Amino acid sequence: MSATGIGAPVRRKEDHRFITGQGRYTDDINRPGQAHAYFLRSPHAHATIKAIDITAASGMPGVLGIFTGDDLAADKVGGLICGWMIHNKDGSPMRAGPHPALALGKVRYVGDHVAVVVAETLAQARDAAETIEVDYGVLPAVVDTASAAGAKTVVHAEAPDNTVFNWHLGNKDETEAAFRAAKHVTRIDLVNNRLVPNPMEPRAAVGDYDDGDGVFTLYTTSQNPHVARLVLSAFIGIAPENKLRVVAPDVGGGFGSKIFIYAEETVCVWAAKKVGRPVKWNSDRTEAFLSDAHGRDHVSHAELATDAEGKITGLRVKTTANLGAYLSTFSSSVPTYLYAPLLSGQYDIPAIYCEVDAVYTNTAPVDAYRGAGRPEATFVVERLVEVAARELGKDPAKFRMQNYVKKFPHQTPVIMMYDAGNYAASMKKALEIIDYKGIGKRKRDSARNGKLRGIGFSSYIEACGIAPSAAVGSLGAGVGLWESAEVRVNPIGTVEVLTGSHSHGQGHETTFAQLVSDRLGIPIDNVSIIHGDTDKVQMGMGTYGSRSGAVGMSAIVRAVDKVIAKGKKVAAYVLEADEADIDFADGHFAVKGTDRKLDFGSCALQAYIAHKFNGQDLEPGLKEGAFYDPTNFTFPAGVHICEVEIDPQTGVTKIERWAAVDDFGNVINPMIVEGQVHGGIAQGVGQALLEGARYNADGQLLTASFMDYCMPRADDLPSFEVGMTVTPCPSNPLGIKGCGEAGAIAAPPAVINAITDALGHEDIAMPATPQAVWRAAQKSVTRMAAE
Amino acid sequence: MATLSMTVNGKPVTATLDPRTLLVQFLRENLRLTGTHVGCDTSQCGACVVHVDGKAVKACTTLAVSLEGASVTTIEGLAVNGTLHPMQEAFREHHGLQCGFCTPGMIMSAVDIVNRRGHALDEKTIREDLDGNICRCTGYHNIVKAVAAGAEAMAGHGMETKEPPRQAAE
Repeated sequence: MSATGIGAPVRRKEDHRFITGQGRYTDDINRPGQAHAYFLRSPHAHATIKAIDITAASGMPGVLGIFTGDDLAADKVGGLICGWMIHNKDGSPMRAGPHPALALGKVRYVGDHVAVVVAETLAQARDAAETIEVDYGVLPAVVDTASAAGAKTVVHAEAPDNTVFNWHLGNKDETEAAFRAAKHVTRIDLVNNRLVPNPMEPRAAVGDYDDGDGVFTLYTTSQNPHVARLVLSAFIGIAPENKLRVVAPDVGGGFGSKIFIYAEETVCVWAAKKVGRPVKWNSDRTEAFLSDAHGRDHVSHAELATDAEGKITGLRVKTTANLGAYLSTFSSSVPTYLYAPLLSGQYDIPAIYCEVDAVYTNTAPVDAYRGAGRPEATFVVERLVEVAARELGKDPAKFRMQNYVKKFPHQTPVIMMYDAGNYAASMKKALEIIDYKGIGKRKRDSARNGKLRGIGFSSYIEACGIAPSAAVGSLGAGVGLWESAEVRVNPIGTVEVLTGSHSHGQGHETTFAQLVSDRLGIPIDNVSIIHGDTDKVQMGMGTYGSRSGAVGMSAIVRAVDKVIAKGKKVAAYVLEADEADIDFADGHFAVKGTDRKLDFGSCALQAYIAHKFNGQDLEPGLKEGAFYDPTNFTFPAGVHICEVEIDPQTGVTKIERWAAVDDFGNVINPMIVEGQVHGGIAQGVGQALLEGARYNADGQLLTASFMDYCMPRADDLPSFEVGMTVTPCPSNPLGIKGCGEAGAIAAPPAVINAITDALGHEDIAMPATPQAVWRAAQKSVTRMAAE
Repeated sequence: MATLSMTVNGKPVTATLDPRTLLVQFLRENLRLTGTHVGCDTSQCGACVVHVDGKAVKACTTLAVSLEGASVTTIEGLAVNGTLHPMQEAFREHHGLQCGFCTPGMIMSAVDIVNRRGHALDEKTIREDLDGNICRCTGYHNIVKAVAAGAEAMAGHGMETKEPPRQAAE
């Protein structure tokens, strides 16, 4: 392995600009003549709009334009879309209400977009917005997930019982039979708390319109600029694709929340033409809390059937998923096909049945957030398995290993065909790292100090690298989920790689360059990665679902292979040999069995000067592209073990140790992969201990700033002990499985299983804040005293 | 309108500006020093940390005109003559950043921690003193390593702490 090759912890190429303050984020972009947008948002969770009076506001200093939903409708600007069709149990399509970018007659959550003011300065836009008079007819709000379906108040007339769909997956009859035959049934009720993604860079947009060419440009904080262009063109109708450029420059984190096509970006690009000026909007943090798509928010009842030997024989789950006030771009796929197919976990479970009711409420839209459905599934499975082991008096690690899938490929009852893995290997390594044998002593030591110590397991699996286009198409996706790559070789042998993936922290500029440098045998500094601009990269599907390695890099490999194949033809002419006799290795084309060879750069030059071959026999130039569509999902899996110590006097839970052993298949850059694991765990710990979006009964968001919503800080977390096992993924040329979401998927049940182990009872919900843990610990202390 | 004279990254600047202008707005919009970021508007996240007269300050809640005559250092001013500051090097070497958005504030806070507490920093001290900076990407694991390494490297570069180390209780 070379110092910059596949498998080396290469330091990141992109870091220089970030550590010197030269990153270029959307809010750093300023266009000549730029004006500023401010969105007037609904203060009510649910209200009719009887009238909007902009007379006074229009005369305010600096105002260039004030627009409402009627203006968008008059310009035939369509509403925002949901790109994944889900069908009800009876085969009928889901019931979706309209989602106008600016409200039409009704607002449905606090923060919903009522009007936009465009002015010379942001302060002037704000001042003007304060003088807009909106006559609201306030309605009761539906907020609670579990009771939304039965509520009298209706969010959308199209869904008269607030139910978007009732959907199911699995083998119902076999599952019921398994439960009838079960020796033991474990039952739990779970709430998967609503989260706010909170990338550190708030969303932002700059819309620009060139009247000379009729071309719109949108600079925006997007994980998938091509999908944004597609939706803004084909569905919302801003402009045809050839007249709309979308640029996603440096993006400061996404975690799912920047996949979606939102109202603000849509309005900014449209308004640029209306006012004849570039229009900029930058979300403040409270706007982000109010209007970024939230994550999770499930209420579930789950049951696990086991036989006399402790073998799992059946699993059934009933979930209600809150989708908020409107269906965001991929919202409907999250509690369905990204959720229920993962309910088999790492276990061989012959019968599984899952029902999901999705509801509208007067809250912010809910969509994919790091893990998207898979953390929710893992929380169900791993809490259930842990409680079952406790009820059966079995060691939780041994109970898991007894039930692991051991032969591959393995077809689950819920769609997925697991292709490769060695789950026991990860468990054994994790047990070693955490020193499982010593836990008894550590618990006794804690008890002597008046503390409660617990250990919690999480054996997670995820379906990543999403995904085969035909497969997702059959499940309702409106798009294909391939990825594209183009490899442009310059005449002196430097290389530009254009990818449809988007990097917003993942380090693609390094990892992708490592791959190409390794394959072509050229220095890593000779490779540049280009992404995030629809004028440069022709088409792509973007970055989410841990897909950029497995799918994006596979496309690059295909394009590189084509470059090498073309290079061999060029080299054959130059070296006056038969093409079949040309080998390519270590950056050189060589004639087999001779010392005649041509280095990669010289071959590129020969391809462009085209002196040694006839242009009719071989096209000049060296540039190749590829679209790669995977053959299967990938299945990263692993075991995380969390050890906590609780102070029953204060309720503070301290994470003492964390062992993470993950199987991501082959790894290009272990430094970056470990960083992804660390960050994922932190978000999972945030969900388990600290974070929770709270609405009151009126639909007011009580957690709308970092002062009210508890983000994980450095002193909330330990250092993590990260290990890896490797079973290469058989379904892509690099054997990569993906690593971006693993930590966030694995962590919440590991934490809660550790806390419940410490407490000695199961009565704790997420987030397990000090107050909640203190209350729960009083029960434990009372019980301990009684014993 | 108000007038303001200060030194930013060693260069004198003067401006006439709306007295409501925040330091971060002045830096980003007037001086086009966009390395200083706004992540929360409420002094919680620390993406906007700069040094004012050698001490860490959150630029999102500081009025620019309150700093008449001050010397301000931003992330753009940390490297000297093209040579990265040891703390910048440490963040790159230890993969202490992912999306890069919190990074300028993190680095400025990290240098301030060393200035306040000296070069030998244990993990507990670093984690407690990073309390004013939020990172959503890294889980802090590699940031903590970077700060410890950067602190040591600053000693190696002869960067004396600017004031005697203080204790947390102060």
